[in-house]
Amino acid sequence: MNGGDTPNGPPQPTRARVAEGLARRYRRERRFRLLGLAALLFGLGFLAVFFVTLIANGHTAFVQTRILLDIELDAERIDPDGRREPIALETANYQQLIRDALHRRFPDVTERRDVRELYALISPAADLEIRRLVLDDPAVIGQTRSFWLLADDDVDMLVKGRIDRDAPEAGRRLSDRQIRWVDTLAADGRVELKLNRYFFTSGDSRDPELAGIWSATVGSFFMLLVTLLLSFPLGVATAVYLEEFAPRNRWTDLIEVNINNLAAVPSIVFGLLGLALFINIFGLPRSAPLVGGLVLTLMTLPVIIIASRAALKAVPPSIREAALGVGASKMQVVLHHVLPLALPGMLTGTIIGMARALGESAPLLMIGMVAFIVDVPESPLDPSSALPVQIFLWADSPERAFVERTSAAILVLLAFLVLMNGAAILLRRRFERRW
Amino acid sequence: MSASTVLIVLLGLTALAYAAGRQRAIAGASATPARTYHSLPGYYGGYVALWCLLPTLALFAIWIAVEPIVLKAAVIDALPEALKALPDAELGLLYNDVRNLVEGNVVFGEPQPAIVEAAERYARLRSVSRYLLAATVVVAGIAALAFAYRRVRPEMRARNQVEKAIEYMLVAASLVAILTTIGIFLSVLFEALRFFRLVSPIDFLFGLEWSPQTAIREDQVGSSGAFGAIPLFAGTLLISGIAMLVAAPVGLMSAIYLSEYAGPRVRAYAKPLLELLAGIPTVVYGYFAALWVGPMLRRFGDAVGLEVASESALGAGLVMGIMIIPFVSSLSDDVINAVPQALRDGSYGLGATRSETIRHVVLPAALPGIVGALLLAVSRAIGETMIVVMAAGLAANLTANPFDAVTTVTVQIVTLLVGDQEFDSAKTLAAFALGLVLFLVTLLLNVIALKVVRRYREQYE
Repeated sequence: MNGGDTPNGPPQPTRARVAEGLARRYRRERRFRLLGLAALLFGLGFLAVFFVTLIANGHTAFVQTRILLDIELDAERIDPDGRREPIALETANYQQLIRDALHRRFPDVTERRDVRELYALISPAADLEIRRLVLDDPAVIGQTRSFWLLADDDVDMLVKGRIDRDAPEAGRRLSDRQIRWVDTLAADGRVELKLNRYFFTSGDSRDPELAGIWSATVGSFFMLLVTLLLSFPLGVATAVYLEEFAPRNRWTDLIEVNINNLAAVPSIVFGLLGLALFINIFGLPRSAPLVGGLVLTLMTLPVIIIASRAALKAVPPSIREAALGVGASKMQVVLHHVLPLALPGMLTGTIIGMARALGESAPLLMIGMVAFIVDVPESPLDPSSALPVQIFLWADSPERAFVERTSAAILVLLAFLVLMNGAAILLRRRFERRW
Repeated sequence: MSASTVLIVLLGLTALAYAAGRQRAIAGASATPARTYHSLPGYYGGYVALWCLLPTLALFAIWIAVEPIVLKAAVIDALPEALKALPDAELGLLYNDVRNLVEGNVVFGEPQPAIVEAAERYARLRSVSRYLLAATVVVAGIAALAFAYRRVRPEMRARNQVEKAIEYMLVAASLVAILTTIGIFLSVLFEALRFFRLVSPIDFLFGLEWSPQTAIREDQVGSSGAFGAIPLFAGTLLISGIAMLVAAPVGLMSAIYLSEYAGPRVRAYAKPLLELLAGIPTVVYGYFAALWVGPMLRRFGDAVGLEVASESALGAGLVMGIMIIPFVSSLSDDVINAVPQALRDGSYGLGATRSETIRHVVLPAALPGIVGALLLAVSRAIGETMIVVMAAGLAANLTANPFDAVTTVTVQIVTLLVGDQEFDSAKTLAAFALGLVLFLVTLLLNVIALKVVRRYREQYE
């Protein structure tokens, strides 16, 4: 170990200096490595926080509170004429029946202000379900039936534990009395959480307990349909031309640079194009899924083109040469041999593009898809909302009950995205071929 | 007869044309004496079908495009003199009423008899037009079919012609991408120019005050200083800056860890998980920023005695940063992997530790690519809309304090264009001017970034 004397080794002072610094350098190495791990964990940690928060907040929106009341389907009240005409049954005051039932339940509530608070426990739309039953079967008139009536959204929040009972009375949406009533009902086993049908079957509503995502989902479906029908053929055709036919010159270079740039243009700019071109110049209707689909088509085209070109590139030249060798024309080579082999890759790219289009909302705001839509759209020309836009609208709503519905709608949207991406991965696994 | 019915008829005719052309080729080939056709029978079918479809489709498109103009002229021409004398804008509104009446939409108030009459005229003329269209298209289609059918002969090179036609269609498809860019540029530019006629570009680009609402109320469009966009640019830069402060180190370090340290198993799980962050819709990030991160920062600020606005730039920037982490990390990951192994081995051979190799050899070698990746991420941050719409403010404060609420270019575009709008007001047009700036800036960033990345790749290939 007398390094200073050996002819080949470094002189002793250098060795000593290296050995001296070694501990410090290893420490630094460990620190650097930990820093990298911390960065990775930061990103993944956020992902975890994200999903935990969403599920914790959203899962309760799939059920909603219902209150069991014995409703006397009083013939006098519903149909005083006794002729059972549909019009009369349709317009009868079922709300009053609910009020009567509440009075029977809480006979000591008489003061006007209290009575109003009592009525507020039940959703203003709870009578619809009674009406439906009576309309379906007028024979029930005169009987007394038990109904699980839809509770008001504030009661719903209380039952789900999202209203702080200890907060000062002025600071919460329910008074002490109302909470007491709900507790009495609950003690009788008359308050239960049941499946929230409205969330899946109805459109937007000002009453959180009636608001649902169905019309937004249908709007999104129409939009994706338009996008798929236009962007898939266009994208594949463009990719085939650029990859198989186009000569290499400045013109095709320009197209290529242009496509790469389009993929990075902010989505809101596409919305401006949609507003100026499709709505103002072509005169297409605002808020229509058709226009949304057109805008999303232009947005997803670059994604599909880039993926399709990659898929075409992956087909080995030997396939083309063999086909040309047996006398196929250039077009026959592409249509009969190259395209079928590249199709799985193209489809994968298309599905990923569609998934991105499904989550996109900024351009849709530009073309008026932020309207308050209750009805389910029946064609791509009807005014409609879209799933992400519905989330945006609900996130802005002040009611506490919309917070859980927003989270739940996000969960549904994410479920669709996972499904689509899963399909893409499956497709790739199933058909990917290594040459 | 609706336009879609005409289209269906047209498609039926095309199918018929295909069958006819194919049949003629088959019949000719199997006749005695048999004749040798140049192409397969399907190509003759395709030839006749294309002849039948393409001209009629063009005719159809032109008809549908011209019809509204002719109809409008005819309906307005038949209006009483008093109504005809109205200024153009009001005439346009009146014509809209007429059309709404025909479509069965809700019209406010009891319609005037003249309008009802005009509506009837409109409906009558349109139905005549559609019948004429159907007749013209069918006659033209049959004529083209007959013409092409007669040309189905053995020496006719159907395949070459059909293939040529398909190739032209492919070219046309690839033009859509170009047309989109031109369309974006022209439509935004056109409206922006109208805006600059009302507000000088100097005031817009260098003005320090932004308050589009007041300009409308006082009915003095372009009053001094109302459309100064500097606060918006500053707000955008502040939020994007915060986002990059989060995304750049975290993204880069994650990429370094994944490509240089992590084992194959960790890499196989962590990389797709991290990229999941890029697949989450931005509206979800916005919800998260507005409902959880914003209030959390505010509570935190209260606890340490700082005044934090509930729509602070910090909250929006942080969440946006998390959104762009996967962009930075996956692009840098590619770039770092492209650095040749020989460079690393040389460094290890000299006795350098891993982190020394990364810092002194790999990163400098990958620098251009990383810069490109960061530029792309910046462009993404500037153009991001939903997070800032939901979590950033509306008031245009010119401040560098991250705890204050600031507004951005995209937020203003959305606020100006959502809801009722008149297309002549400076307020609406301002959104397009902002859009033009946004488009040009992101375009510039993208072009530079893509160029840098491409040059970098070529260097090591």
